Amino acid sequence: MTPTPTPRPMEHLVILDRSVRVLFHPVLIASLYLLFVGHNQPGGGFVGGLVAGAAVAMRYVAGGIEEVRRLSRFRPWTILGAGLLLSFVIASVPLLAGDEILETALFENEVPILGTVKATSAVFFDLGVYLLVVGLVLMVFEAFGDEPEQRTTPPTEERG
Amino acid sequence: MSTLLVLHAVVGVGIVAFGTRLGRRALLLGVLPSAVTLAWLATQLGTLLDGGVVTESLGWAPRLGLSIDLRLDGFAALMVILVAGIGVAVYAYGMRYFPPTAVAVGRLAGLLTLFAGSMLGVVLADHLIVLYTCWELTSITSYLLIGNDHTSAKARAAALHALLVTAGGGLAMLGGFVVLAQATGTYRLSEILAAAPSGRAVDIALVLVLVGVMTKSALYPFHGWLPGAMAAPTPVSAYLHSATMVKAGVYLLARLAPVFAVVGFWRPVLVTVGLVTMIGGGLRALRQTDLKLLLAFGTVSQLGFMALLFGLGTPGAVTAGCVLLLAHGFFKAALFMVVGILDRQTGTRDIHELPPLGRRWRPVLVVAVVSAASMAGLPALFGFVAKEAAYGALIDAGLGGTWFVVGCLVAASAITTAYSIRFVWGAFYRSRRDSPAGVGDSLQPAPPSVAFLAPAALVAVPTVALGVIPGVLDRLITAAGQSLHSAAGSVHLVVWHGINAALVLSTVAIVGGVVLFVLRNPVGRVLQVGDRLPDGGDAYLAGLRILNAAANRTTGFVQNGSLPIYTAVILLTAAALPVATLLADLPWPGWPEAAADPGHLLVACVIVGAALAAAVVRRRISAVLFLGVTGYGMAALFLIRGAPDLALTQVAIETLSTVMFVLVLRRLPDRFERRSAVSLRAVRVVIAAAVAAGVFVFALVASGNRVADPVSEEMVARAYPDGHGRNIVNVILVDFRALDTAGEITVLAAAAIGAVALARAGRRPPALRSSPSATAPPLPEIEERP
Repeated sequence: MTPTPTPRPMEHLVILDRSVRVLFHPVLIASLYLLFVGHNQPGGGFVGGLVAGAAVAMRYVAGGIEEVRRLSRFRPWTILGAGLLLSFVIASVPLLAGDEILETALFENEVPILGTVKATSAVFFDLGVYLLVVGLVLMVFEAFGDEPEQRTTPPTEERG
Repeated sequence: MSTLLVLHAVVGVGIVAFGTRLGRRALLLGVLPSAVTLAWLATQLGTLLDGGVVTESLGWAPRLGLSIDLRLDGFAALMVILVAGIGVAVYAYGMRYFPPTAVAVGRLAGLLTLFAGSMLGVVLADHLIVLYTCWELTSITSYLLIGNDHTSAKARAAALHALLVTAGGGLAMLGGFVVLAQATGTYRLSEILAAAPSGRAVDIALVLVLVGVMTKSALYPFHGWLPGAMAAPTPVSAYLHSATMVKAGVYLLARLAPVFAVVGFWRPVLVTVGLVTMIGGGLRALRQTDLKLLLAFGTVSQLGFMALLFGLGTPGAVTAGCVLLLAHGFFKAALFMVVGILDRQTGTRDIHELPPLGRRWRPVLVVAVVSAASMAGLPALFGFVAKEAAYGALIDAGLGGTWFVVGCLVAASAITTAYSIRFVWGAFYRSRRDSPAGVGDSLQPAPPSVAFLAPAALVAVPTVALGVIPGVLDRLITAAGQSLHSAAGSVHLVVWHGINAALVLSTVAIVGGVVLFVLRNPVGRVLQVGDRLPDGGDAYLAGLRILNAAANRTTGFVQNGSLPIYTAVILLTAAALPVATLLADLPWPGWPEAAADPGHLLVACVIVGAALAAAVVRRRISAVLFLGVTGYGMAALFLIRGAPDLALTQVAIETLSTVMFVLVLRRLPDRFERRSAVSLRAVRVVIAAAVAAGVFVFALVASGNRVADPVSEEMVARAYPDGHGRNIVNVILVDFRALDTAGEITVLAAAAIGAVALARAGRRPPALRSSPSATAPPLPEIEERP
């Protein structure tokens, strides 16, 4: 087999860079699509989040950790925490209405142009999962994505 | 009622999160929930005084039997008066106690509010799980409050001691609760008490609950944490460690005793524990030179008194306990505040170092004398009323050994009187004798401002007022007593009962106390022996040492650091356990029909080939890519079998995990290490083959031997009507099994935080160790924006 070269994020390859930039937003939109159709078609918050994570990974391959950091004003752990919080808040909302925890509510509305739109509160629960997965991916890049040479101390082995 | 709890939680968390910059002014915000609680209690008082009960129930997971049941009766109202009433005074006191620039007062204010909410939860809870949760929340907030000065190693150690003892006792109590609930079929305290279960299991449950009670209320032999907790700022000590939190134990005891006191071991145990605690704590108080420690041991002693009274469970005893509970809350909170004032104005609270205090300190002296006299049980004060009621109840109870118990009680009261005198003498009179005559007022420490003394004075008012006209409490105490014991009659509190046994006993105790104080030097020499005896604190330290040693040994054995051994143990366990049960009786289902499909076979060959390749290649990156191929192969299989959802997830996971592998691989050598010895490799191959065979057989047999209808059929049927979705997988994830999903995303979040922490270990800047300052510490590197 042919050895695959290790990716070198800090090298700028113009064609790669451009094509990733072109692809990035469509992939993000696809991930949102997966999130919102998830209740009735293949998809869902987890898959959507992973696809968004794949989009981030492309940016990483093209531009390294700096490129990933430039993507969002929010730090990875903020996104992760926001996702977790959203899911748990959505889970507890039915309590206020005197229902059981995690009870799903159905909203049906007539929206101009789109016609009847059905949505369940589960979509927001799923949105929390989506955000959490995106935050998770960002955190992995944050943890392992910077150049090994930049480390002030060598990576310490765990005991043993 | 639930609104009150939510209010406490919101205000408390809000202050902790955003209010740290407010400094001392955060106390003004933190007091609001307590004030609202007092006002609300006032509106309910009419119902309560007529013997009524206010209940509320919020079912949050009714099918699990979990609901938030709250219940306010006369006895709970007494506790609410202490929690919210003393709370308001403590906040006001804190406004002057803390200097304007004090560190972390904002956080302290928020934690105090959270504590008040938790304590309110304990006394209002009717559901045992709610009670337990709030109980442990008070332990946790107490831990944070004792350790509020996190730069002090002593405060941290004391906080940990308190947490380990009280939370550990709480765990034992939880075990007892579960057994009690199993025995009666309900978690509602009021229903359990009404059912009055009995039997061996219930006896064990009661022992466990009593452990919780004894740890929380610092009864012997678990009292060691309470003196240490005096490392907390004085407002915290006054509030948590004398007026409220330590009373949670006796509170629960009071609820249980009227029903369970008939159990054989109950009264002997509680009377013994109560008397030992009373006398032991009192004797230790007599030896203290630090006024705050003196009060702490005095609190231990008084808690023993309350445990004794409530533990008896007779109508008279629980009623007397209610009076004592209230009286102790008032006089002890005022005394703690006086110590805090002395500490702030003179810089010391040691009776050997306190300077002489002159005429301008007279208002403080009055508050101290009144409260200490109430503690000693002097007539015309509230403490006297409580003590008279206690003696009367004991004599009327007519239990075996009454006169022995009463004798011990008189001795303990004499000790109480002696340390009460010692408190006032040590604080105000001892130094006068030593100092040269004619020291001018100008050289003396400045007396406290009016606003500083006012809360203490205010708390001392009921001590006097209720001592003179205790009759105003008749209806409240009657309601409280009747809510504990159905046979409790109506109470009539009076100052003067005429000359009876109780009065004689009181007199003996007071005279004995004065004699003890006068003979303090010889008595002190005798008591020195007691200082060398081991006590709860030593047991705690020894326990910690044993625990640490055991943990070290276990870790050294279980985690020997060899990755191959870990992997082998995990895999063999996972494969061997199910296969071992299968081998006993192997129902071979035959090959599944899918096995013959040529499409499947092709994909399977690719997967197997890639897996073998991953095992033999020399370069790490190649192994990762081959692993990726096996994953994509699985996705293809899912797709062929009509599971696009699974296939989609599998592809996304595979892609990302390959990227993440590469990230980690950059830090590792390009190639695997030199091959190990042939024998070792043979062992690995055998293990791998055995695990593979086990998993293979298990998967085939398990899926081919279905006896029940698949649960998926019901889910398919209910997905659209109930879950409003056509994608069953997603409906299961976010609706039917949403609780699982919530748990899984929590695990994911924890894993992500752990990964970042591991990867960043060793990169923390040393700046965090710098001296504490009012400004925020420098941000760790992890927070820096590029």
